[in-house]
Amino acid sequence: MAARWIRRLAAVACAAFALLAGGTFADELPADYPPVLPGRAIEFPADTGAHPAFRTEWWYVTGWLADGEGIERGFQITFFRVRTRIGEGNPSRFAPRQLVLAHAAVADPKAGRLLHAERAARALPPLVGFETGRTHAWVGDWSIAWEGDHYLARAAGEDFAFDLRFDPTAAPMLNGEAGFSRKDADPRHASHYYSRPQLAARGTLRVDGQDREVSGRAWLDHEWSSELMPEGVRGWDWLGINLHDGGALMAFRMRDEQGEPRWAGGTLRAADGSQRSLAPQELRFTPLRRWRSSRTGADYAVTWRLELNPAGAAPRTLEIQPLMDDQELDSRRSTGAVYWEGAVRLLEGGREIGRGYLEMTGYAERLRM
Amino acid sequence: MSAALRRLFLASLRRRPLATALSLAAIALGVALGLAVQLIHDAALDEFGRGLRLLAGESDLQVLGPRGGFDDALYLALAARPEVAEASPLLEVQARLPGRDGSLRILGADIFRLPGVQPALLPVPAEGVGQFAALEAGRIFLSAAASAELGLAPGNVLAVQSGVVEHALTVSGGVPGAGAGQALGVMDIAAAQQLFDRPGLLTRIDLRLAPGVAREEARRSLAALLPPGVELLAPEAAAAQVAGLSRAYRVNLGMLAAIALLTGAFLVFSTQMLAVARRRQEFAFLRALGLERSGLKRGLLAEGAALGLLGGLGGVALGHGLAALAFRLVGGDLGAGFFEGLRPALRFEPLPALAYAALGVAAGVAGSWVPARDAAALVPARALRAADEAGLDARPRWVAAFSCALAAAVLSRLPALGGVPVAGYAAVACILAAAVLALPGVTAAVARVLARGRAVLWRLAHARLAAAPGQTVVAGAAVVASVALAAAMAIMVNSFRLSLDDWLARMLPADLYLQASSSAASGYLDEDTVAAVAALPGVAAVEPIRFEQIRLDGQRAPVTLLARTIRAEGDLPLVEGHIAVPPDDLPQAWISEAMVDLFGLATGDELAVPMAGRLQRFRVAGVWRDYARQHGAVAVDLAVYQALGGDHRANDLAIRLRPGADPAAVAQAAVAALGERTVRVATTGEVRARSLEIFDRSFLVTYLMEAAAVLIGLAGIATSFAALATARRREFGMLRHLGFTRGEIGRLLALEGALAAALGVAVGLAAGAAVAWVLVEVVNRQSFHWSMDMSVPAGGLALFAAVLVALAALAARLAGAHAMRRPAVLAVREDW
Repeated sequence: MAARWIRRLAAVACAAFALLAGGTFADELPADYPPVLPGRAIEFPADTGAHPAFRTEWWYVTGWLADGEGIERGFQITFFRVRTRIGEGNPSRFAPRQLVLAHAAVADPKAGRLLHAERAARALPPLVGFETGRTHAWVGDWSIAWEGDHYLARAAGEDFAFDLRFDPTAAPMLNGEAGFSRKDADPRHASHYYSRPQLAARGTLRVDGQDREVSGRAWLDHEWSSELMPEGVRGWDWLGINLHDGGALMAFRMRDEQGEPRWAGGTLRAADGSQRSLAPQELRFTPLRRWRSSRTGADYAVTWRLELNPAGAAPRTLEIQPLMDDQELDSRRSTGAVYWEGAVRLLEGGREIGRGYLEMTGYAERLRM
Repeated sequence: MSAALRRLFLASLRRRPLATALSLAAIALGVALGLAVQLIHDAALDEFGRGLRLLAGESDLQVLGPRGGFDDALYLALAARPEVAEASPLLEVQARLPGRDGSLRILGADIFRLPGVQPALLPVPAEGVGQFAALEAGRIFLSAAASAELGLAPGNVLAVQSGVVEHALTVSGGVPGAGAGQALGVMDIAAAQQLFDRPGLLTRIDLRLAPGVAREEARRSLAALLPPGVELLAPEAAAAQVAGLSRAYRVNLGMLAAIALLTGAFLVFSTQMLAVARRRQEFAFLRALGLERSGLKRGLLAEGAALGLLGGLGGVALGHGLAALAFRLVGGDLGAGFFEGLRPALRFEPLPALAYAALGVAAGVAGSWVPARDAAALVPARALRAADEAGLDARPRWVAAFSCALAAAVLSRLPALGGVPVAGYAAVACILAAAVLALPGVTAAVARVLARGRAVLWRLAHARLAAAPGQTVVAGAAVVASVALAAAMAIMVNSFRLSLDDWLARMLPADLYLQASSSAASGYLDEDTVAAVAALPGVAAVEPIRFEQIRLDGQRAPVTLLARTIRAEGDLPLVEGHIAVPPDDLPQAWISEAMVDLFGLATGDELAVPMAGRLQRFRVAGVWRDYARQHGAVAVDLAVYQALGGDHRANDLAIRLRPGADPAAVAQAAVAALGERTVRVATTGEVRARSLEIFDRSFLVTYLMEAAAVLIGLAGIATSFAALATARRREFGMLRHLGFTRGEIGRLLALEGALAAALGVAVGLAAGAAVAWVLVEVVNRQSFHWSMDMSVPAGGLALFAAVLVALAALAARLAGAHAMRRPAVLAVREDW
């Protein structure tokens, strides 16, 4: 019974995902979703808030946490905002003009899988909403907020909860061309995108019914767009790593229906703060070891070789290794999305040079559900 | 009992097929009616309960307010509370469907909140519909029952009405969790608020409490947030309030079935009694051959039980058939309008079926009890010789009769028990018992009075009446009971109908009435519409009427707030108080009789009425009679209502015409101005006719049962006389020897039948009047909380009595016919 009704919710929430992915409504391109254009400067802190006119937007925090006993776990929390273009002329407070969806997960090697939970609702302040001008989005008692000099985020599921504070130790990192991040050869498919790498995280994490003081490193992505995923793209692989030397690496690639790379990009920031954007030809993902999910049958590469060939710099060969193999997020029973999103280590020459998160979508089915 | 004896007793049933068949029929009918009523209501209540559970889902508490809704800001306040884990807002609308008959229950829901509270209400988009369909305006998702009833599939358009405007909704999928019996539609809550013009309003919020929060505690702490007129209820309490509304009606129908069953038992009694009388010699012979008293008694009881079992089984089958027929023809509420939007399905219920079959057996055994006891008591030696001796004990029983009458008088003063007039029904039973017990005494007394007749036939018939009142009494008692019930119902229905007609005249003083929908549904008239009608040529004045459903407290079902022009005496059918009362510090309200009974209010009391989220104090200036709303109604003057509540919508519009204006032309103009699919206009005469038609329909079941009771009474006379005539073959033979023709003997029998029936009818009519008084003053008042003026349909009753006496004469004459067919010599010789 429960499974059935949750699947019905899937019909709704996964429609939201379809919008997140952007492809579904490509043929009825809405004139009043503003296009993502290059050259638009990203202002802080004003642009850390929501951009409600755009179709989709998300704030996405990932990181590694260690408790007092030194046990390490990964966590992620994401708030999505979706403008539906439904009910915009309806004065009702329930008019579903904007939806807020949230995902949270904890990667606990002891559990051997992700602990995760979701929330979905129409924006309905003060219960559910988002702010413009500063990062603040919430669904019930789940929230993320910029508090002037740090972020706060909290979420709770059936078998986990966390309440974390993130203090920036480095400047924001504008991805792509000063925050204009292309996702395809066609420049219409792009987002405004900045990251906050090297966030010092601390707070409480509850797993196994026990609250633990934790601390670690985290990474925040904030991205908004009206049309992200071009037709013919099945999914993406994305990587965000806090380098131990204080630098940061963001890399992604878009895959077509055959699984071949169609577009790629990234940002590499050195320890001294200098950074450069990586063009599609400057990086290459190569799967090494694969893991098949017994739940969904999806086949994921859980270790990767990542080759960077920045023009005018020495090529680098890096290896991505997971905290654990099974970090698949199977929310077919709720939002319908199936993807792998997990804590990973980055190695260079066998030595760990950073930690962060790897996201792989579109391996079970095209991310439009 | 040996096989031989079993054959002996049971075979006797076959020897008198007519009497056996009638007894069987009566028992079967009683069982069938009772079972059918129970099956129908069980199924309807079941489905109704399912609907409530579906809507309540997994909620622990429900916030319910007036039908018009309450401010949706309350949702924000409640959902944010730590006690609340999930809160699901709903706007429930009975959408009028232009161009169709009924309305559709539409739930405006937040699909993101449904999974946590009411998962069964989740809409599922059809193939090919955009996946955001459930959020889009202009779309509706229909349950299977609604789809089937409206004949709509995904992609079709459903027209719904808001105010006097028609809107199109595209059927975009289903509500699979709703099950097969619930006709409803689901749409987005924001779209519903906009479409039905209920901005910022909800009609309910379902709450699931956080783990570890006690319900009572949460109820107390959350109640502080609620505005007046909005209540926090446990789902069971809300269900009980609604189920309570139909309880009195159900009990009344059950009582009618019980009466039919009782009549069946009585018929068994009368036929068994006479059969025993006829078989005295047979029994005496058996006793002489060594059959024990107890064996004889057991044998006779077995006869009754066999009859009861057969009748009971037949009744069970018939009952299911009747229930199926009723579902097909009048729906699950037997035409009473309690369970709209439900499509209950008939199921075979083994337990009630068994219980009702057992009731049939009980009726058979009970009917045989006294005859069996009498038969067992006979002395073989005497009974063998005196074949004709009346075995019936029919001494006057004045003491018992008066005791019963006294008990009835006391019982009729007692209050209802749990909303059911138990004592009232007991009083009716006592009156019937008193009448039956009084019959022998009355017969004896009448026999003395009639002794003065001269004609031979008359004297013979009178002698019969005086000499053997026992048999007459048996034939008459069935008549007494059935006539009493029929007369009582006739008087009650007549009183009710006349009072209703008078009430309608008072409630509908204007010439024309215009309505966008029933007051519960989504049609309404706004000020512009009212003005448009007022401006039509031929219209002298218009008076808007507003109905709202409000909650005065959390314990009792909601009541109706009726706002109309109330200025002069006669504007309301008052039974107490006045319209034009000296001005008080408070505005005036007039309460219906149900408010007096249910809320203990009285003229002069202060009454706080929630209006627009505030409590408004009123002075109760009088009590009025209301046949439309048994849960209670408060009437206030329209101007006062609009000033205090700020609600300027109307449900109905009373239109007064200029002298000489043609009602039909004005009605046509109004419809032309507002749309023929969205408004209805009726003359006062049409409204009255329709109301009376509904009234008659709701008493249809009653009429049918009444007819059954009278038929059974008549059948009682026929069997009694058939049996008597057989026993009197010798007497007839003697009369033939004395020179009587067959025709004269036939007339003698007819006269005897007429006399017995006349006595029964007379006593029955008297008892019927008493029962009618109890029905009007006790049963109706306690069940439905309304009074009526007693009015006896004298002409109709007289005709009924005359026809019954004539029929009885005919029945007696026909019953005796075959007894007279034998040659006189044989008949006289027979028993020597």
